[in-house]
Amino acid sequence: MDLFSNLALGFGVALSPMTLFLAVVGCFLGTIIGALPGLGPSNGVAILIPITFSLGLDATAALVLLTSVYYGAMYGGRISSILLNIPGDEPAMMTTLDGYPMAKNGRAGDALVISGVASFVGALLATLALALVAPYLARIAYKFGPAEYFALYALAFATLGGMASNNQAKAALASFIGLAIALIGLDNNSGFTRFTGGNLHLSDGVDFLVAIVGLFAVSEVFVFIETHGKSSAVGVTLGKVTVPWKDLWETRWTMLRSSAVGFVAGILPGAGASLGSFMTYMMEKGIAGEKGGFGTGVAKGVAAPEAGNNAAAGGALVPMLTLGVPGSGTTAVLLAVLMTLNITPGPTLFTDRPDVVWGLIASLLIANFVLLAMNVPMVKVFVKILMVPPAILLPGVTMISFVGIYSLSGSYFDLVLMIAFGVMGYAFRKMDIPTVPVILGILLGYQMENNLRHAMTLSGGEWTYLFSSPIASVLWVAAILGFFAPIFLRRFLKKPQLTED
Amino acid sequence: MKTDRIFGVVVILVALAFIVSAYNLPAGNIFDKLGPKAFPIIVGIGMILSAAMLVIKPDPEPDWPALPTLLALGLATVVLVGYAYALKPLGFLLPTAIAAAILSYQITPKRVPAMLTGLGLSVALFVIFKYALGLSLLALPRGMMG
Repeated sequence: MDLFSNLALGFGVALSPMTLFLAVVGCFLGTIIGALPGLGPSNGVAILIPITFSLGLDATAALVLLTSVYYGAMYGGRISSILLNIPGDEPAMMTTLDGYPMAKNGRAGDALVISGVASFVGALLATLALALVAPYLARIAYKFGPAEYFALYALAFATLGGMASNNQAKAALASFIGLAIALIGLDNNSGFTRFTGGNLHLSDGVDFLVAIVGLFAVSEVFVFIETHGKSSAVGVTLGKVTVPWKDLWETRWTMLRSSAVGFVAGILPGAGASLGSFMTYMMEKGIAGEKGGFGTGVAKGVAAPEAGNNAAAGGALVPMLTLGVPGSGTTAVLLAVLMTLNITPGPTLFTDRPDVVWGLIASLLIANFVLLAMNVPMVKVFVKILMVPPAILLPGVTMISFVGIYSLSGSYFDLVLMIAFGVMGYAFRKMDIPTVPVILGILLGYQMENNLRHAMTLSGGEWTYLFSSPIASVLWVAAILGFFAPIFLRRFLKKPQLTED
Repeated sequence: MKTDRIFGVVVILVALAFIVSAYNLPAGNIFDKLGPKAFPIIVGIGMILSAAMLVIKPDPEPDWPALPTLLALGLATVVLVGYAYALKPLGFLLPTAIAAAILSYQITPKRVPAMLTGLGLSVALFVIFKYALGLSLLALPRGMMG
C-alpha cells in the first residue's frame, strides 16, 4: 500500500539524529511557549521563524522544528489553564472550565495527566488521519485551475473572517487591508512598482515575516505594559503526580469522539483549534447531560477540549499542505515558513517533494510520543517555568524578535516596520479587529491576484468564468455561507472570543 | 462608536488614494488581460465598502487606556525604535540591556529587578545567539572592539 511506503520514506528522513534532535528541541520549546500565558502557538512559531532561517536549516529540518513547536504549544497550553485558570493560549480556554475546578479540588496532577493523554490521543489520531486524507485531497486539488484557486482563497478569507470576529465588517476590512499590503512593491507580471510612494525599501514588498512577528509578538508587549501583567493569578500548588488509570479508561470514548470532531473542525478553513475545543466540549457536555457535572471539575471536561484542540491542530495541516490555504492563524504562520523556503504547498508538493511531506508527518508522529513523555512524567519541570514573571518574559520575547528579524534582513527599515505592525496589532486588538485575516491577506495576496489575472487571460476577460466550473461554484457558495452563517448562529450560540490560535 | 467611525473614515481616505494610484497604472493587454491595476481597484473598493459599514454601524467604544498608560505605550514605542537604530552602531549588549530594562520596568515598576532583568537578558541572549545559534552579533560598538 502507498501509505506504508510513504511512511517508510518519511521515517527514513525523520529518524536521522539531527531531525530527531530538532523534534525534541521543538517539543520542549513548544510546551514552554504554550504553557506561558501571553505566548501561544502562532506567536511562538512566529518568533522562532527568523532564528530558524538564520541558522541555515534546510526545508525539512526547519519544518520539523517549527511544527514540533506548534504541536508542543498545543499540548502546553493546558498547563496554565489548569494551574492558573489562565489559558496558556487561545485553544486551551475551554480547558479552564473543568481543569481549574479539578485543580482546586486537589486533583491538579490528575487533570494534567488526563489532559496530557487526551492531547496525545487527539494529536496522534489526527496525524494518522492527516497521512490518510491529505494524499486524496491533493489528488482532487490537481483539478484546480486558476478560477478554482481564486474561489478557494475567497473561501479561506470568508470562513476565517466569519469565525474569527464578532463583526463581519471588521473581518472583511482586515482581509482587504492585508491584501492591500500584499500589493505593495514590484508587480512581477508587468514590471511596475505599485503603492511604494517612491520608497525604495518598499519596492521589494512588505516581508510577511516582519508583519507576522510585529502583529503577533511585538504587539503582546504593549498589551502587557497596559495591564502590567496583572492577569497572573495565584496558582494552585501541584502535589504528587500519579496516573489516574480509572479516569483515563472512563474518558476513552470522549477522547475518541473529540479527536474525530476536532480533526474535522481543523480541516475547515478558518475554523482552527479554538473552534475544535469549543465544539468538542459542548458536544460532550450535551452527551453527559445534567448529571455529567461539567464545569465542576470532571475528567471528561478536560479530556474533551484537549483531544479536540490537538486533533484540530493536525487537521489544520491538511488544507495548508494540500491546497496552500491555511486553516488557522498558526498554519498561516507555517505557510509563511514554507513560502520563505521556496516550497509551494499544494498538490504538487506531494509529488515533487515527498521527502518534505512524509518526513514532516513521520516527525509529527515521533514528536507526539516525545510530547507524551514530556507532558506526563516531566510535567513538573514545565510547572516551574510557568513562574517566570512577565517582566522578564516579555522583554525577552521582544529582544528575540528584534534579533531574529535583524539577522534575516539586516535593515533598520524592516525593524521599524515590525514595530509599526506591533502598534497596529495592539490597536486592532483593542478595536476587536482580528489580525489573522491581515496575515492571510499578506500571505495570499500575490497568489490571489495571479490566479485572477491568469483566469481572466484564459477566458478573454469573461468574469463569469470564475463561477463556471462545479468546483468553483461550490467553493463560492461555501464562502458566502461561511461568511454570513456565523451572524445568524451567533444568536443561538455564545462562542468564546476567537482572535487567534 | 467614535473610534470605529474615525478609523472607517481614515481607511476610506487611504483606499481612495490607493485606487487613484492604481488608476495610473497601465491597462492590461492580450497576455495579461487585467493588468496590474484591476485587482488593486477591487481591493480598494472592498476596503471602502467594509469601512463604510464601520462608519454606519460602529461597535461600542473600546476601552482605551487612560492618558498615563497611553504615554507609557508611546514611550515603549520610542524605546523600541531607538533600539532598532542602536543595534548596529552600539553593538548588542548595551542597547539590549537598556531597552529590556525599560520595558521590564514598564510592565512591573520595580527598579532593581528591572535593571537586573535588562542585564541578565542582554548577557544571556548574547551568549545564546552568538555561541549556541552562531549568529554574527557584535557585543560592543565597533570602535571599542579594536
